[in-house]
Amino acid sequence: MRRARLPVTVIGGYLGAGKTTLVNRLLRAADGRKLAVLVNDFGTTPVDRDLIVSSNGDTLEISGGCICCSYGSDLMDVLMALPERQPDVERVVIETSGVALPGMVASAVSLLLPYRIDGIVVMVDVETVRTMAGDAYLGDTITRQLSAADLVVANRCDLVDETSLQETLAWLALQSPAARILPSTRADIAPDLLLGLRDGAPPRLSATLTTPGAPDAAALYESLELDVPENIDADELGRRLSAPGTGVLRAKGVLNGAALHVVGQRFEIDAAPAGAKPGKLVVIGLRARLDRHAVAEALQPRLSTSLRNG
Amino acid sequence: MTPSPITIFRARRILTMNPARPEATHVAVRDGRILGTGPLEELAGWGTYTLDDSFADKVLMPGFVEGHSHAAEGTFWRYTYLGRFDRMDPEGKVWPGAQSIEDVVARLQEAERKLGSPTESLAGWGLDPIYYGDRRVVRADFDRVSTTRAVGVMHASGHIFNVNTRALEMAGLLRPGVNHPGIPLGDDGLPTGELKGPDAMTIVGAHIGFDREALANDEDGLRRFAKLCVRQGVTTATDLANLLPDDAVSMMARVTGEAGFPVRIVSFRRFQALTPEQVVDLAVKLKAKSTDRLRLGAVKLFVDGSIQGFSARLRWPGYYNGAPNGLWYTPPEAISGLYKLALEKGVLVHSHTNGDQATEMALDCLEGALLDQPARDHRFTLQHCQLADAAQFRRMARLGMCANLFPNHHFYWGDQHYETTVGPERAMRMNACATALASGVPLAIHSDAPVTPLGPLFTAWGAVNRRTASGRVLGTSEAISVADALRTITLGAAWTLKLDGEVGSIECGKRADFAVLEDDPLEIAPEKLKDVRIWGTVQGGRLFPANGA
Repeated sequence: MRRARLPVTVIGGYLGAGKTTLVNRLLRAADGRKLAVLVNDFGTTPVDRDLIVSSNGDTLEISGGCICCSYGSDLMDVLMALPERQPDVERVVIETSGVALPGMVASAVSLLLPYRIDGIVVMVDVETVRTMAGDAYLGDTITRQLSAADLVVANRCDLVDETSLQETLAWLALQSPAARILPSTRADIAPDLLLGLRDGAPPRLSATLTTPGAPDAAALYESLELDVPENIDADELGRRLSAPGTGVLRAKGVLNGAALHVVGQRFEIDAAPAGAKPGKLVVIGLRARLDRHAVAEALQPRLSTSLRNG
Repeated sequence: MTPSPITIFRARRILTMNPARPEATHVAVRDGRILGTGPLEELAGWGTYTLDDSFADKVLMPGFVEGHSHAAEGTFWRYTYLGRFDRMDPEGKVWPGAQSIEDVVARLQEAERKLGSPTESLAGWGLDPIYYGDRRVVRADFDRVSTTRAVGVMHASGHIFNVNTRALEMAGLLRPGVNHPGIPLGDDGLPTGELKGPDAMTIVGAHIGFDREALANDEDGLRRFAKLCVRQGVTTATDLANLLPDDAVSMMARVTGEAGFPVRIVSFRRFQALTPEQVVDLAVKLKAKSTDRLRLGAVKLFVDGSIQGFSARLRWPGYYNGAPNGLWYTPPEAISGLYKLALEKGVLVHSHTNGDQATEMALDCLEGALLDQPARDHRFTLQHCQLADAAQFRRMARLGMCANLFPNHHFYWGDQHYETTVGPERAMRMNACATALASGVPLAIHSDAPVTPLGPLFTAWGAVNRRTASGRVLGTSEAISVADALRTITLGAAWTLKLDGEVGSIECGKRADFAVLEDDPLEIAPEKLKDVRIWGTVQGGRLFPANGA
């Protein structure tokens, strides 16, 4: 059987949007998953000291079996060498430089056979993003970053008032019409959204948000576990769940020997991991935004017209 | 103790670049340095001497200073040269330009026949299919060279590979569903064999012998680069963007320190994967390791990409063909941070800015940094700076910046700039050498070897004539005089490296570095400046004939 490809999460966004906070949060929440986190440089992405077990030049060993590498301009070289250097890595997280276009990075990574793009996450600082988008030098970089996003993390929501937050969220929705937008403070999104749902286990949302002062994940997110009818087509299901308006942030299903992964507007079909329980679909969305009806509808084998057009 | 021996060289003419004594017939040298120029009677006053008549029929100039090149030019000669124009290799052999795709394939076939094992890869460089009409080069072309070994060729621009089917297979790219802007697909849904941009190139690079390990720390390449320098009259050459790992520094120190090594190498540390604090700290440490022939301690920064690759950042109205604007390679916060710290620590920074928006950004960042950290003589230099307009040159002058412009582009890509990338008006003002000089911006000009061939006299010819490969003249108002051009390839470039007190002119106290010419560049017709024949060099008083020794 074909080996499942390594999922890659690309995290983009301008300086100060909270990428480093998110990276540290993911490393803290790895919970046994062997992550390889690739950062442009350790100088601008300092890994929390208490997480570092040892350091060897461009590679840090992180407690819990993760590693963190800096790649400079050699991302492709690092990725090509990684499977041999670190055979037990299960997932890759790439933090791009502040001016890189994450869509271009993802498109480059997709050329490498051992990998598949799991999702493109673009972080913005809700306080500054609209000003930045008007900057003569950087404006088009910011909007090009956003246009490639599967998930937009609208970070630093605590710094703006409600009116301005709503205006910014509406503006973001215009910039990335198909992406899901996740408001956050200190990058406190549920790590499972990026690190993936585990096979057989129910989503562990509550256990992953341990930062003091962070909102209660159970209150923020909703997860559904559904049976998948045997005759449904994985491709079609992926298209429906990732369509705009469903509110699906992440979904995973094993059906007909294949694994379906949905992250925001993106879906991918890959080989099912060994031992995965078939016939189950797990879906996560924001509590207020997840459209249960659309999800249930997506599992109907016969196409409804509205979904086809959706 | 007896003083070291004195040699007095007699020459047909010595062009000194010293305004107090612009011409002379003799130059006296002791300990690798210049005692003075003048008539023999004046120089005899220094004491017992040996008169050397080797150059009695030759013209001496200050050794040329190449302010923007890469030692990788020496590395590339290990591959098969396939460029459209004649090019001289380090051994002096001139490889004629390839006239057609058929010609390119034939050369690869010839090189292929010399290979031993049937799986060894074959690489070429310098390909420029724009000269062969509309047809693209495809993998079937190179499948005629071999189907068992990976065959790959780098384009002249350095931004594209063309490979055969076997190379695609080995890189895992011979499959349907490849979706990347740099990888065009054929009617069969499979990649055509053209791979654009660093990401796509990296994936096949290792399979065709263009991997980083082959290119880094290449001792033979450095030696070949030095030979090329001698052939072109260059006695000081930059290696402008090196990561300078410890083993490369040791190798370079050892090789340049050998008694017979003919060039002073100025190697800049590329600003990459480090914070401004780290790179400035590293530069200060590297500077302490400098020797006479290996100068370290400066930093190279990339602000944007290239114009012909559409990755340069342009101001409004952008690219002539409507291509989207290019890419930033470094965020402005990092540029400002680096500038400020480098000014504080006295570290020299050269910044690659091809597009005019990148130039504007660099100017803004330096202006801000100078307010925080005033510095009188920083010599920060904009490299390429190809699209800067008059207002930007005026700002550069006010901020104390230097420009190192790229007139070779007129010849190699001028027609493309005119027709496709920036359009006629901006193509006419590109590399505005005359405006730079009129604005009082210290000026150098460069080849960016291996992007275009190393050869300061060719570069000077480009600045004087501004002629494209098709014969079009791009903007006579920006042409400069031969005298100005010769100054930019000597003192001008030396100034940008803070070496103008040591090299760049022939006068008392300076290094005895000469370009030894068979023809007089001030007598030859300006349109023939590139054809001036070069005997070789004198570097630190040591003679290096191009053909011999």
